[in-house]
Amino acid sequence: MGLDPLFLSRLQFAWVIAWHILLPAFTVGLASYVALLEGLNFFTDKPIYLRISTFWTRIFAIAFGMGVVSGVVMPFQFGTNWSRFSDATANVISPLLAYESLTAFSLEAGFLGVLLFGRHLVPRPAHFAAALLVAAGTLFSSFWILATNSWMQTPAGYKLVDGRFFPVDWLAVIFNPSFPYRLLHTVNGFFVTTGFAVMGVAAYLVHRGRHAEEGRAMLTMTLGLLTVLVPLQIFLGDLHGLNTLEYQPAKLAAIEAHWNAESHAPLALFALPDQDKETNHAVLEVPELGSLILTHSVDGVVPGLKQFPKADRAPVAVVFFSFRIMVGLGLLMLALVALAWLLRLRGRLFTSQWFLKLLFFAGPIGFVAVIAGWVTTEVGRQPWTVYGLLRTAQSVTPSLTGPQVLVSLLGYMLVYLVIYPVGVWMMCKAVLKGPGDIQSPVAGGRPAGPVVAPPQGSNQGSKPAEGAP
Amino acid sequence: MNIVPLWTLILALGVFFYVVLDGFDLGIGMLYGLAKSRDERTLMMNSIAPIWDGNETWLVLGGTGLFAAFPLAFAIILPAVYFPVLVMLLALIFRGCAFEFRFRDREHRGFWDHAFAYGSGLATFAQGVVLGAFIQGFPVRGRQFVGGAFDCISLFSIFTGIALMCGYCLLGACWLILKGEGALQARARRQARAALAATAAAVAVVSLWTPFIDADIARRWFSWPNIAFLAPVPLATAAVVLLLWRAAARNTVRPFFYAVALFTLSYLGIAISLFPMIVPHRFSLYDAASSPQTQIFLGLGTLFLLPVIIVYTGWSYWVFRGKVRADTGYH
Repeated sequence: MGLDPLFLSRLQFAWVIAWHILLPAFTVGLASYVALLEGLNFFTDKPIYLRISTFWTRIFAIAFGMGVVSGVVMPFQFGTNWSRFSDATANVISPLLAYESLTAFSLEAGFLGVLLFGRHLVPRPAHFAAALLVAAGTLFSSFWILATNSWMQTPAGYKLVDGRFFPVDWLAVIFNPSFPYRLLHTVNGFFVTTGFAVMGVAAYLVHRGRHAEEGRAMLTMTLGLLTVLVPLQIFLGDLHGLNTLEYQPAKLAAIEAHWNAESHAPLALFALPDQDKETNHAVLEVPELGSLILTHSVDGVVPGLKQFPKADRAPVAVVFFSFRIMVGLGLLMLALVALAWLLRLRGRLFTSQWFLKLLFFAGPIGFVAVIAGWVTTEVGRQPWTVYGLLRTAQSVTPSLTGPQVLVSLLGYMLVYLVIYPVGVWMMCKAVLKGPGDIQSPVAGGRPAGPVVAPPQGSNQGSKPAEGAP
Repeated sequence: MNIVPLWTLILALGVFFYVVLDGFDLGIGMLYGLAKSRDERTLMMNSIAPIWDGNETWLVLGGTGLFAAFPLAFAIILPAVYFPVLVMLLALIFRGCAFEFRFRDREHRGFWDHAFAYGSGLATFAQGVVLGAFIQGFPVRGRQFVGGAFDCISLFSIFTGIALMCGYCLLGACWLILKGEGALQARARRQARAALAATAAAVAVVSLWTPFIDADIARRWFSWPNIAFLAPVPLATAAVVLLLWRAAARNTVRPFFYAVALFTLSYLGIAISLFPMIVPHRFSLYDAASSPQTQIFLGLGTLFLLPVIIVYTGWSYWVFRGKVRADTGYH
C-alpha cells in the first residue's frame, strides 16, 4: 500500500489544528474571565477576586504559552502542505490571516508579559488595561480566523480568474454568509467550555473544603454565566443550522444521513450510515421531527444526499455521529445547569457532594463538544477546501511524497503527545495547589523586595512540602 | 496603485525585527546550555520570560505577511524547505513550553533545561538552513516547487545554519551584558567576544562563497562601478566588528546595538545580492506580488497597526527595563 501524501497531509492538518483549537477554546473564555476578575478587584478592592484572578492567571499562562507555540505552526501548514490552496486563495484570505497577526496575536503577546509578570511594576490601571487588551486580542483573533474559515465554507465577494480567486468586495469576503453565525456559535461555545472548566475546578475546591470560599465564588459566577450562555448556545446552533441548510445543503444532508430529499422528514436519533449503498442501517428515528427542527416547519423539505454527485459528498458517518455528540453534550450541559439551579434554590448546591463530583467530572465537557462541532463543520466541508469551488485533492502541495509527510506527521504526533500531557498535568497541579495567599498588592512602582520570587527548589504558597523531591 | 515597494519595505522590516528580537532570545537559549548554575539559568530565562512570545509574534507576522504580500513566494519556498521548517516549528514548541514547564515541572527540570537549550539551537540552525537554501534558489515549474525534500540541504546551507547559530549567540550574549550583573555579565562578555569572532568569520566566508554559487551576485558586487558604491558595506561591517570587540569588554548597552548593526549590515548585504528577486533566479517581487486590491486592503491597516505594535512592544520592554532579578520572573 502506497503512502498518500494527500491523505497524510489531511491527517497532519487535522492533528495540529485539533490540538490547537483546544487552547483557544479555553484561553478565549479564560482571558475574559481574568479580565472580569481583574476589573472586580480593581473596582471593589476585595482580595478574594485578586486571589481567584491570580489563580486563573497561572493556569492561563500555561494554556496561553502552549497556544502560542501550537499556533505558530498553523500558518506554516498552509505553505508546506497546501501550497496550491495558498496560491489559489492567497489574494482573498491572506489579508484576513495577516490581520489576525497584526490585531490579535501581537496584542495578546505584547500585553501578556505585563499581565503575568508586571502586577507590581506598572500602575494598577495599566495592569487592568493589560488584562482587558489580552482578552480583546483573543476575541479579535477569533474574529479573523473564523472569517477565514467561514469564507472557505461559504465563499463570497470574489471572482475566479484562471483557477485563482481575486477579491471583489472585502466586506462580502469578511462578512460572508456563514460568518456571523459561526462567529457567535464558536465564541459562545468557547465561553461555555471555559465556564464548565471553571465550574469543575470550583466544584473540586468546594468539595475538598480547602479554598472553599474561592470555590463558592467561582461556582456562583459561572453558574450565572452558563444559565444565560448554554440556552443561548442552543439557539445560536439552531440559527447556524438554518444557515447551513441554505448555503451548504449537501453538508446538512450528510449531517442528518438523509439520502432522499423530502418534506415531513424524520429525525434520525441513531443510524449506521452506509455511504456505498446510499442508505442507513439500524435506524432509530422520530417522524416529522427532522423537517420541524431543520426547517422549522413539518412541510419543509430536507435535502437528500442523492441530489448531489457521489464525488461531492462528505463522509456521512463521521459528521452524522460528531454532530450527535455535540448536540447530546449541549443537552447534557443544559440539564446540568437546570439541576444546579434546582439544588441552589433548595440551598444545597454547595453541600451536595455527589453533584459537586458530577460537576468536576463534567469540567472537560465543553472541549469534547468543541472538537465534535469542529469535526462536523470541517469534515462536512469535504471534499472541498473552498466549498463547491476548490477540491481538497487539488489543494495539496504537488512536490510532497508520502514518506515525507509521514515523517512530519510522526514528528508532530510525538511532540504533541509529550507537550499536551505535561501541560495538562501542570494545570492540574496548579488546581491541586489552589488559590494561594497573596501578599497585599503594591499600588504601583517597584516593590522593595522580592514579592513573588521563585527561589529555586523552595515551595511557595500556603502548602509546604508538597511535591518536594 | 503600485505599492509593491511599500510591501517590500514592510516585509523586510518585519523579518528584520524577527531576526533581531527572537535572535537574541534564541541566542540566550543556546548560551543557557553553557550556564554554570541553576540560579544563573533562572536569571537568564527571566531576562526574556516577559518578552519572548512577543518576539515570536514577528515570525507569524513575517509568515502571514509573506503569504499576503508575495503569496507565490510563500507557495514555492515553504514546500522547498519542508523539513527545516518542520524542525524549526517542533524545536520552537519545545523551547516555548520550557519557559512554563521548567518552573512547574520540578521533577523533570533537567529535561526542560535541555529542551530549552537544544530547542533554541535546533530552531536557529533550521532558520539558517532556510536562509542558505533561499540564497541558492529552488527548482520551479509553473507556479510550484518541483524539487525534492532534501534539495535544501547542502554544504552551503549547513554552513549558513551554523553561521546563524553564532550570530544569535552573539545577540544573546550582548543582551546578557545589558541585563546581567556580576559573574553572569562577565561570562557574557567573554561569550560575546567568542561569538563575535565566529560570526565575523562566518560572515566573511558567506560573503566570499555566495558570488561563487551565483554569477549574477558576483557581477553585482564586483563589476565597475558597483564595487565602488558597494564597498562601504563590507568596510562598515569590518568597522562595526572592531567597535563591538572593544565594547564587549567594557560597555553595557553599546554591545547590543553594535550587534544589531552587524546584523543590519549582513541583512543589507543579502538584500543587495538578491534584490529584486523573492524566489531567486525565478520570480521577482513584482511577479510574486498578490493582487493590488489585496496589497492595498492589507497595506492600509498595516500602516496604522505596525507603528501601534512597535509602540506597545516598546512599552513592554520599558516596563521590564533594568537588570534582571529573580522577582521579575515566574510567579
